[in-house]
Amino acid sequence: MQDRMIARAKELLENGTVDRVMGWKKGEFIYDVTPAVFYTADELEKDFVMNAFTAANVSKYLIAETKKPGRILAFLKPCDSYSFRQLMNEHRVDRDNVYIVGIPSWGKADMEKIRALGITGITDITEKDGDLLVTTVMRETHAVKKYDVYLEKCKNCKSKRIVVYDELLDGENGEDVPNNRFDEVAKIEAMPPDERFAFWRGELSRCIRCNACRNVCPACSCEKCVFDNPKSGVENKAPADDFEENLFHIIRAYHVAGRCTDCGECSRVCPQHIPLHLLNRKFIKDMNELYGDYQAGETEQVRHPVTNYRDDDAEPGIVYTRGGSGR
Amino acid sequence: MNNDVLIPRVGVVTDIRTDTPDVKTFRVIAPGGGKVFEHIPGQCAMLSLPGAGEGMFSITSSPTNREFMEFSIKKCGCLTTALHEMEPGQQVGIRGPYGNGFPVDTAFKGKDMLFIAGGIGLAPLRSVINYCRDKRADYGKVEIVYGARSMDDLVDYREILDEWMTDEGVAVHLTIDRPQEGWDGHVGFVPTYVKELGFDTNMTAVICGPPIMIKFTLAGLTDLGFDKTQVYTTMELRMKCGVGKCGRCNIGDKYVCKDGPVFRCDQLENMPDEY
Amino acid sequence: MKRVNRSKLGDLFAKIAEAEALYLPVDAPEGARYEKWAPGKKLSNATNTVRSAKDFFFPQTERLYDVKRSGKTLEIEPPETETESFVLFGVRACDVRSFKILDSVFLADPVDTFYKNRRERATVVALACDRPEETCFCGAFGIDAAAPEGDVSAWFEGDFLYLKAQSEKGEALLAKLGDLLEDADEKDVETQQMRTRWMLSALPLGKVSFEGMKKTDLMDHFKNEKWRSLSEACLGCGTCTFVCPTCQCYDVKEFDDGRKIRKFRCWDSCMYSDFTLMAHGNSRNSQLERFRQRFMHKLVYHPNNHDGEFGCVGCGRCLQKCPIGMNIVKVEKALEATHE
Repeated sequence: MQDRMIARAKELLENGTVDRVMGWKKGEFIYDVTPAVFYTADELEKDFVMNAFTAANVSKYLIAETKKPGRILAFLKPCDSYSFRQLMNEHRVDRDNVYIVGIPSWGKADMEKIRALGITGITDITEKDGDLLVTTVMRETHAVKKYDVYLEKCKNCKSKRIVVYDELLDGENGEDVPNNRFDEVAKIEAMPPDERFAFWRGELSRCIRCNACRNVCPACSCEKCVFDNPKSGVENKAPADDFEENLFHIIRAYHVAGRCTDCGECSRVCPQHIPLHLLNRKFIKDMNELYGDYQAGETEQVRHPVTNYRDDDAEPGIVYTRGGSGR
Repeated sequence: MNNDVLIPRVGVVTDIRTDTPDVKTFRVIAPGGGKVFEHIPGQCAMLSLPGAGEGMFSITSSPTNREFMEFSIKKCGCLTTALHEMEPGQQVGIRGPYGNGFPVDTAFKGKDMLFIAGGIGLAPLRSVINYCRDKRADYGKVEIVYGARSMDDLVDYREILDEWMTDEGVAVHLTIDRPQEGWDGHVGFVPTYVKELGFDTNMTAVICGPPIMIKFTLAGLTDLGFDKTQVYTTMELRMKCGVGKCGRCNIGDKYVCKDGPVFRCDQLENMPDEY
Repeated sequence: MKRVNRSKLGDLFAKIAEAEALYLPVDAPEGARYEKWAPGKKLSNATNTVRSAKDFFFPQTERLYDVKRSGKTLEIEPPETETESFVLFGVRACDVRSFKILDSVFLADPVDTFYKNRRERATVVALACDRPEETCFCGAFGIDAAAPEGDVSAWFEGDFLYLKAQSEKGEALLAKLGDLLEDADEKDVETQQMRTRWMLSALPLGKVSFEGMKKTDLMDHFKNEKWRSLSEACLGCGTCTFVCPTCQCYDVKEFDDGRKIRKFRCWDSCMYSDFTLMAHGNSRNSQLERFRQRFMHKLVYHPNNHDGEFGCVGCGRCLQKCPIGMNIVKVEKALEATHE
């Protein structure tokens, strides 16, 4: 697929459709790929990469890129396309300044999970028939099933459908995928309150407040985050007490409620493996149950259930918890 | 008991003078009287007011003053606003002194001195100017060029008129940016005024003001024939520790809090322009 | 050189913990992390911890002092000085070297007494690596992962844990362990050392060197065109900074609990937009400038101020954790390629 993408990018550069290309750049290893903008065919040939580790969602970069002159080519995976569509709905990206080629994604691998298998001293990883062959410095080769080391977001993929594009690399679109992404949420919901509280306190206690979850999040697109603003009174780089730290994530989850497309980037980048996606999925699950199924970024719809008031809306804070019908 | 350098001592604000609409000068002494600590001209101190934060300010009084320290502070953020709202008698946290200070006993000694300041930039120079005035025999003539946006923005105007201008061997040249009623002095920007006045290139110059003013004044002095080794300036960047450890006030490999705030302009030549 | 059978490891830890708090890497949801040892806690097999050992000397947050304000009066209350001594077991060679780099900042005049106090109270048992990762490049900084510095150096080989005291503190610790230890021959770990050194040199970053950085002067590095593309995708998060064993920048903040103001210091990151923000401006406005600052600090400024010692120990944490796969090795290679 990498070769076809490079070939198509070169064509689109040459025929003037775009003047630059948003993609992923090769690193020191197979997995440390970096989102990058390519300007020439030579740069594409040399450094453009598409492999089992090109998981980074490039949609957020398009906020800044589509404000620049010219037109950029963006290769969007299905999940990235949901984020882009949502940013369009929020008027954060200029659709005219990007040419989107939708690309299929069959799941991305998580290097942390490969390491967790106990494999050390890795000298090479190659993809073979969808699986990964990991070679070590001691000349051992481990065959790793890609499914076993999928990123959480891929393991519970919601859709292979590309929701916004100018063309599709494969010519045909994927479909929504049956998934179990709310199972973990349901498990936590079923916990007694004390246990649930302890669960989240435990998970969130690992936070080092690096802000990677927020900075990578396409829904966190505020020019200046309230937590970075010294004038807000809540700006802090570290907790004065640990409860404050927990609130950072809960407030963030509230702020992206209805706009989070469940792209899973927050959990992918968390250096402390906090399952942040579960907070967002809880909101998505609640919205589905209270207001009917809704998928952010799926359609051209500006108002999501949380901001779209209807007379027959459930009031989850009052009615629902006090035995209302919920509908 | 812990006595780390990051833990301040208590100082008492005994007097607050309103200099301009947005600059006040605060007089600080130790609770038992006298200065909280000694300093050399050009050094700074960290002042804090609980609830409002802590910040680095230059000590504007001369060390020759035995009774108190003074700080001239412009209101521009959260902490400085809180400081401006204080009343006499208020205690503040104070720690220092920090920074290298001016080389008053070495490079400056015996030299004719030219001080050039813009706006609140006079604050860091007031200490060294008064030091030179108090130790007249140790220095040659003293020339001062000082400019502000308007007459009302000239800091220490009374002191300038009553003391500096009446001093023998001290010449003061004032300027304001735009003409103003009641002002019969010079009108124009500091860098231009410096070039108009022209100065003996044997003098040692010290510039302080906004970065843009420093840049153009330095260029002007170079045009007059000054070498960058004769020109000093003092810098200001965000600081948290004051002792070269918190890592933010660096310009290249130099920390403004520890290696500065006073730099000779030739030292800045090969440093990044992150200030 | 002493040794103890692996089956007695629990007894060894218990013996140490009798006299002092013992911290060691254990397995956790995020990987390995340092925890206080208690019966039943097992030493992790991971090559390294997610968070570095700097936390013990320079914790993410710590109280500096409290201030009470009544009327116009301030009352400053310094914290109690901590007095408990502790043992850090299983620190890798890279992290041990990071203490030396932190020392060069915190112990420089004027000494940071909070840091110094903790350093003095700690005994470091450094554990030699035998399964290095592809992200390891400590050798670039003259660190020998097979012979770590520390108060005690330790090796796991065969059925035994080998221990060698390297300082007075180390001697004292081993003396306390008395009967548990038996005499051993240094030759027993030599094969392992050779194997580890070979593995490190054969790994992808085995040949990485930073010495070329010193051939070019500060301003040429600063003005390098490459910073633009290197920093292009940087998210401006603090992951690299916070997992880094040598990053030591901090902020001083306060927290009003209604009765008093608590002044505390916390880790800060030069990657953050407000790091240099002042009321009237910011000296590093763009992410390019902030990104450049981090790497210039480690690769140019720190060595300039500290006898050529780089502010990096090659632990590889940033290589593993950067959300966008950018890291210090890529930066070094890009900068050096410019001046070849």
